[in-house]
Amino acid sequence: MINLKINGQPIQAEPGKTILQVTKEHGIHVPTLCYHKDLNPTGNCRMCVVEVKGGRFLSAACVTPIWEGMEIQTQSEKVTKDRKLTLELMLANHPQDCITCDVSGECELQDLAYEYKAAAPAWGSKGTRYPVDSDPNPFIRVDMNRCILCRRCVSACAEIQVRDVWGVAKRGFDEVIVPGAGTTMLEARCESCGQCVAYCPTGALSNKMNYGKARAHQMTKVTTTCSYCGVGCQFDLLVKNEKVIGVQSNPNAPVNGMALCVKGRYGYDYIHHPERLKKPKVRRYLLEGKKKPRDDGQWTMDNGQSSTVNGLWDWVETEWDVALEITAKKFAQIRNDFGADSMGFLTSAKCTNEENYLMNKLARQVVGTNNIDHCARL
Amino acid sequence: MDDVAKYAKAFFIIGSNTTEQHPVFGTMLRRAVKFRGAKLVVADPRRIDITDFATLHLRQRPGTDIALINGLMYIILEKGWQDQAFIDERTEGFDEFKATVMQYPPDKVSETTGIPVEQLYEAAEIIGVNKPTAVMWAMGITQHIVGVRNVMDLGNLQMLLGNMGKPGGGVNPLRGQNNVQGACDMGGLPNVFTAYQSVTNPEVIEKFSKAWGLDSGPRTVDGKTVRGLSSTVGLTVTEMMPGILYGRTHSLYILGEDPVMSDPDTKHIRHCLEQIDFLLLQEIFPSETSVYADVLLPGVTFAEKTGTFTNTERRVQMVRKAIPTQGDARDDWWIISQIAKRILAGTSERVQTEAPYSSWDYADQSAIMSEINALTPSYGGITHKRLEAGERLQWPCPTADHPGTPILHTKQFTRGRGKFAPIDHVPPAERPDDDYPMLLSTGRVLYHWHGGQMTRRAKGLMEVYGEALIEMNPNDAEKLGLNGKNMVRVTSRRGMIEAQAWVTDRVPPGMVYANFHFPNASANELTHASLDPVAKIPEYKISAVKVELV
Repeated sequence: MINLKINGQPIQAEPGKTILQVTKEHGIHVPTLCYHKDLNPTGNCRMCVVEVKGGRFLSAACVTPIWEGMEIQTQSEKVTKDRKLTLELMLANHPQDCITCDVSGECELQDLAYEYKAAAPAWGSKGTRYPVDSDPNPFIRVDMNRCILCRRCVSACAEIQVRDVWGVAKRGFDEVIVPGAGTTMLEARCESCGQCVAYCPTGALSNKMNYGKARAHQMTKVTTTCSYCGVGCQFDLLVKNEKVIGVQSNPNAPVNGMALCVKGRYGYDYIHHPERLKKPKVRRYLLEGKKKPRDDGQWTMDNGQSSTVNGLWDWVETEWDVALEITAKKFAQIRNDFGADSMGFLTSAKCTNEENYLMNKLARQVVGTNNIDHCARL
Repeated sequence: MDDVAKYAKAFFIIGSNTTEQHPVFGTMLRRAVKFRGAKLVVADPRRIDITDFATLHLRQRPGTDIALINGLMYIILEKGWQDQAFIDERTEGFDEFKATVMQYPPDKVSETTGIPVEQLYEAAEIIGVNKPTAVMWAMGITQHIVGVRNVMDLGNLQMLLGNMGKPGGGVNPLRGQNNVQGACDMGGLPNVFTAYQSVTNPEVIEKFSKAWGLDSGPRTVDGKTVRGLSSTVGLTVTEMMPGILYGRTHSLYILGEDPVMSDPDTKHIRHCLEQIDFLLLQEIFPSETSVYADVLLPGVTFAEKTGTFTNTERRVQMVRKAIPTQGDARDDWWIISQIAKRILAGTSERVQTEAPYSSWDYADQSAIMSEINALTPSYGGITHKRLEAGERLQWPCPTADHPGTPILHTKQFTRGRGKFAPIDHVPPAERPDDDYPMLLSTGRVLYHWHGGQMTRRAKGLMEVYGEALIEMNPNDAEKLGLNGKNMVRVTSRRGMIEAQAWVTDRVPPGMVYANFHFPNASANELTHASLDPVAKIPEYKISAVKVELV
């Protein structure tokens, strides 16, 4: 074990740890911006600087390993002044448009500026340097004016998704984050997983599908399980006015953590699609108590557009009671006429365990057949 | 999945397009390869994305998986890389199995599979020397007439190497649908009740009869015979459909599925559904199948429901209602209960109401789960209450204080000793010939889901991948006279589709690949319904086709 002092308090810690890891373990607050627990620390934003006794410069806590006898100040005047200056330098190149920014309220830069009472300096840049919404990717909104060059997007793409879409171009004041060799994201083989958006601390990378729809305090989050593949990722559905407006990573998700794929993160708009079925429908012949019209060569089935056979195959919207009663009678009659084993039940790999259990009970207990299956084979 | 990604020294992926079909698990494998130095062998006829990360890519001819696996095991035995202690202590049937494997020397296997002999040796070394190796597969292994044999042979491989029941080892089938595991666990299969309790086992029938208030045999009430639970194995979906044509199936109740898009040989499926007496479809959208429905009941999406899904590693997780039910749609569990109650109302003599679980009056979804707990040993302790309290549970979890089981077979197999099964190569049902000289394989793509009902209604996904594409090798494209993107017509003995060609060396010469996401050019117009004799799974992965310019 290594003995060190943080803010005068003696602390023992395991060798090999960084200052930030030790302060986190002991509940000592050190602000961070480019650091994220899932990503390798890069030490480039200088927000987590601390004073180490005997050091010529302030040290970035996220990348400085501890040593025996180390004495650290995390909140000295020198440290706070330096952090504030760092923030002012970032704000000097960041648009002053929090009032219209989508991530206001969830922005880590905004929170830190508030904490350190840092404002954009009078000499700061006034105009926009880059085109707003500059990439044609259908899911991800890119506004490099808001970028603070923390490189979390670069790390997330390289370390979580392992796709290496994002990189850093140019140096000094011109330094900018670019996809590929300055191409579009999709041309740089982006898989549109949105990991870069999830890790971006500002509004530089945000989601196109819910841009302008709601800010953090205007929506509720409901943690649920994805409806696509069998991996079982969890995430938060973002809800405003009883509508799903987006999907957000939930860091506590057991299987996937912050990671999601393009379908899970951006394939949700079918939920409110206008084609959703909203009323029970039955074919007209059932309401009129007639026989089922059959294809006699002149008439083929289509979605009720055809009006041959006197419209008997047309859809009619009904109340639940009518549709359920017709259905139950039909099933009872078919069981009576042809036996329980003439009936088939296809349950659904898209539905819940509870619903699947009920289908199994319906087929076996109520009807008395084992003709139940689903699309596991398909 | 976590243990596999963390502890496996090597991965053997065969018949799984992991990064496109299980994308988040795919990224875990990429990380293991890139940052942990795990070795990766991918066996796939196509140059799928994960091959970019592979130590070695084996491009076997479609339908030669058994020859390949046996060939690898031949080399493992030849080099003595097998885990003899595991074989002696935990398995049986080794000698007979070994005799079969010895029929697959490398030069013969190379001839059958098209894989060079030196690659076979290299692959066997990676898989055999790095322990544990995790084997992963998906529909590329199972959607063959030899699907079951393929799976058993991969089981043989892992028993041979002693990689069973260990973190980072094992056989890891990747389940396609979000809750296909749960649908199987919940008795959505013709041969079993919940938790794979056999419908032919008298004790099981007795148990469910008592619980659900039925007689275990026939009984006469007022001169009518009341039949209890059926002890005959039922029909699979691939048997029910053709059953319509010869009067065996008269009605279908389809919950959230789209057989016209997802079943093989679409034309035949349409023909079957046209003939059915009564089709009830419970769906969220009008689908290709709803054209044939007599009654269409609106269910809800996952965002509108509460319940549980079980993932590919048997992890049971909550689904939580986020928004109110849309329009006059209803909870799917409510609809099923209503139909059950209304059928029972006409046959009240069938069920004895004093039985503990005879009723269909559920207060909510957690009440249904309580009934599942009582009747399903592996789900005995998995309650909504525990899940809501943040517990992470993988079945088997038999009791309320059981912590769940992340890894199976750590001490012994379900049947005691693991049984080696001698498996021989069988050629596919339909092979290319003079009339249909190309081979067609089918599957999904990253941006779409199955029959496409959901993803074709997602605007951004359509922007990236908006129409069906036929993947075709540049050599074949050149022979055909294709120049860049062009429409092609793909014809099989069953049907025909026309779509844009995507000229790419993802597919080898002589093979085309199509998906079934788009109704105007669905691969299932072309596929055929030759089934695995045991699993009744269709051979989607191999059909003979011809390709022409349009």
